[in-house]
Amino acid sequence: MKYAAKKLAALLATMLAVSFLAFAAFQVVAGDPATDRLGTEATPQRVAELRHEMGLDRPFLVQYGSWLGGFVTGDPGQSYSGGPVADLLSARLPVTLTLSLMAFALTLALALPLGLRSVRRGGRLEGAVNTVANQFLMALPPFFTGILLTWLFSILLHWFRHGAFPGFGADVGGSLWYLLFPAVALAIPRVAQTVRMLRSTVLAEMDKDYVRTAIARGNDRSGVLYRHVLKNSLVPVVTFLAQTMAEIVAGSIVVEQVFNLPGLGRLLLTSISGRDYPTVQAIVVILALWVVLANTAADLINRFIDPRLGGART
Amino acid sequence: MKQRILAGFLATLLCAALSGCGGGSSASGSTGGQSTGGNSPVPAADSITVGISQDLDESLDPHLTVSAGTREVMFNVFEGLVKPTPDGDLIDAVASHHEVSADGTVYTFTLREGVTFHNGAAVSVDDVVWSIERCADADEGKSPLVEAFSAIQSVKATDEKTVVITLNTAESEFLASLTTAILPKDYDAQATAPVGTGPFKFISRVAGDSIALERFDGYWGEKPALKNVTFKIFESGDAMVLALQSGALDLCAHLTPTQAAQLGDGFQVLNGTMNLVQALYLNNAVKPLDDLRVRQALCYAVDKQQVIDLAGDGTGKPLGSSMYPAFAKYFDDSVTDYYTQNLEKAKTLLAEAGYPNGFDLTITVPSNYQPHVDTAQVLVEQLKAVGVNAKIELVDWSTWVSRVYTDRNYQSTVVGVDASSMTGRAMLERFTSGYGKNFVNYANAEYDALFKQAQLVSGAGDDAELVNLYKQLQENLAANAANVYLQDLGDLVAVRAGLDGYRFYPIYVMDLSGVKAG
Repeated sequence: MKYAAKKLAALLATMLAVSFLAFAAFQVVAGDPATDRLGTEATPQRVAELRHEMGLDRPFLVQYGSWLGGFVTGDPGQSYSGGPVADLLSARLPVTLTLSLMAFALTLALALPLGLRSVRRGGRLEGAVNTVANQFLMALPPFFTGILLTWLFSILLHWFRHGAFPGFGADVGGSLWYLLFPAVALAIPRVAQTVRMLRSTVLAEMDKDYVRTAIARGNDRSGVLYRHVLKNSLVPVVTFLAQTMAEIVAGSIVVEQVFNLPGLGRLLLTSISGRDYPTVQAIVVILALWVVLANTAADLINRFIDPRLGGART
Repeated sequence: MKQRILAGFLATLLCAALSGCGGGSSASGSTGGQSTGGNSPVPAADSITVGISQDLDESLDPHLTVSAGTREVMFNVFEGLVKPTPDGDLIDAVASHHEVSADGTVYTFTLREGVTFHNGAAVSVDDVVWSIERCADADEGKSPLVEAFSAIQSVKATDEKTVVITLNTAESEFLASLTTAILPKDYDAQATAPVGTGPFKFISRVAGDSIALERFDGYWGEKPALKNVTFKIFESGDAMVLALQSGALDLCAHLTPTQAAQLGDGFQVLNGTMNLVQALYLNNAVKPLDDLRVRQALCYAVDKQQVIDLAGDGTGKPLGSSMYPAFAKYFDDSVTDYYTQNLEKAKTLLAEAGYPNGFDLTITVPSNYQPHVDTAQVLVEQLKAVGVNAKIELVDWSTWVSRVYTDRNYQSTVVGVDASSMTGRAMLERFTSGYGKNFVNYANAEYDALFKQAQLVSGAGDDAELVNLYKQLQENLAANAANVYLQDLGDLVAVRAGLDGYRFYPIYVMDLSGVKAG
């Protein structure tokens, strides 16, 4: 109970800090929503009028307070570029959510078996090839992989039509199929990193005394691996996977541009360049919440795997 | 191991491919026969998708539109009493006929028979009067929505077919402002579900993603060949090119030469001009640019043709002042070569002005306009030759508008300046001293006097003299090196093979009413 309360407090404090920092960042950069909306029609007088209309002439803390008040009571306000922020988000959240979950599922589905396999079959040459391939794949930025995948699967093979994302409202199957390609682009470097992480953790664990003892007592290697070593190696891996979730979300911001997906990442970028504070604020808070939740989930899973973690804290 | 990884990947992809094909083909069924699996995607005969690089304004109400990108698209939906043609003329649209009184102050319009709005209602004189009065409204010290309408004294319907507009004083360019959209009077959803009289009607919009238009079968003029036009937003130019290649897009304007070169055989690339004046705009109020000799030195240091060739693949047209060739009547070609590159002269001028070793110059460039960034890079190299140490400062558009355009807190900048209407005034009034949009702080008494005279002449309806004065104004800007004038940028439009009929206009619009599968 105490643990849950503490977690919740930490979560709220994080969200508050993140939203405040995002708000403050806009005070530092040049440009504001009024001049952006008026564009080259801007004259100092019209800008001043519009700023007043939009409430931008109030002190910074008052603006932040009024935004926070609205957000907490479930109204993230009006976007400066069209309609309520809530509508903009609800149209885009499913895209980014699905993309991230797909990329995460792909990462898990590929990294865990590959990682274990690389531990069990530890030949020297294979190890070397593995390391090189691993380093290479890890270094592939998703936007570049995205362009390669598009070139191969869209332009050469016509498996999907780049730029023609149908949208979940129109065609769920077609949308999922389209999302698979950006998901692969996001997953590839993550798979490589997770394999390496898993391999090094398991190998380090295999060197420990209890493992040597267990094998010396006649247990077979793979039995020890699955029954004891894996369980003990999982804690850092789960923590690492929570980070992976965060990085996938960050990567999706770029990949959505490459695949022209109507997701949160693209909305975030256009909102930043349009100085659309309410929309940016809401997205930043959602993304932060996502990352914090992933970490909390990892924490809970780890406590389940290794009850000593929980015991130590309460 | 490596092979196993690869095999694993391929197997996964293959599974996904097999399971996904069902989804793909059902999608093609619902979008009207656009096959997804073919080798060379061919647009369905009457539906196309057009790529645009930014979302439209929040409000689609044409009277409230500020961005050029929104006007460009909505040109297909709205019409005024008159409308522009690709040749730069004005033809009657909602009106079938107009007459101007001998003294140039009374405009009489006869409405065209059988013009209806997209919602089916016939256009009445009340709608016309309301639309014009709305844009002329100057209550509470507001500036009217259409600046030129401040000249209007009254708008009256004299019978069911006739509208009479009376001006305070004659204004020879007034007709061009009547391209202002005619809207239904009692309709309050214009911002979200716009209704006009143009060849296409608005169907739907997904903010940040797309806008769908459909042929208006009740259009008074020649009906478009295309039935459906979808505008899809691609903020990333590279993603736009990929989408053209994949078949998701059929037409895109404003491509860079590099992007156009990637397209290959499936496309026809049309070469027009952007209809703007690209220049190294100089803040005439800051040192050392407040010295005429320094500005002239910069003009002599620059080789326009090289800029055009290196930054735009030779697609632009050189300019010498603030007017571009599409203004056929006013454009003064004789000032284009007012300065030709002459490094010795440039150095002498700099030395005379007290800068024998050159000076440091910051060029502020909006980073989202690649042609301007490329141009600035060429300029930096050219200016080096006369000892001017130029440095590029990249800023995003919002910062540019606020810092450079509104606050005028900059040294020099590379951008393109265009005209909001087909009037010489729209290009030249900007440089009168004290004018709100004079972002280069140009202050020249002779220029102000010439412009004032031009307005008087325009009022008297003396067109020949007006042309003469507008040419003198262009020469004044060139002689005083108000800015380092460069070019009217090339506009590359990619059209999928099999489509034709795309036409360029002298203003920034994208007319799809003539496009058809050929």
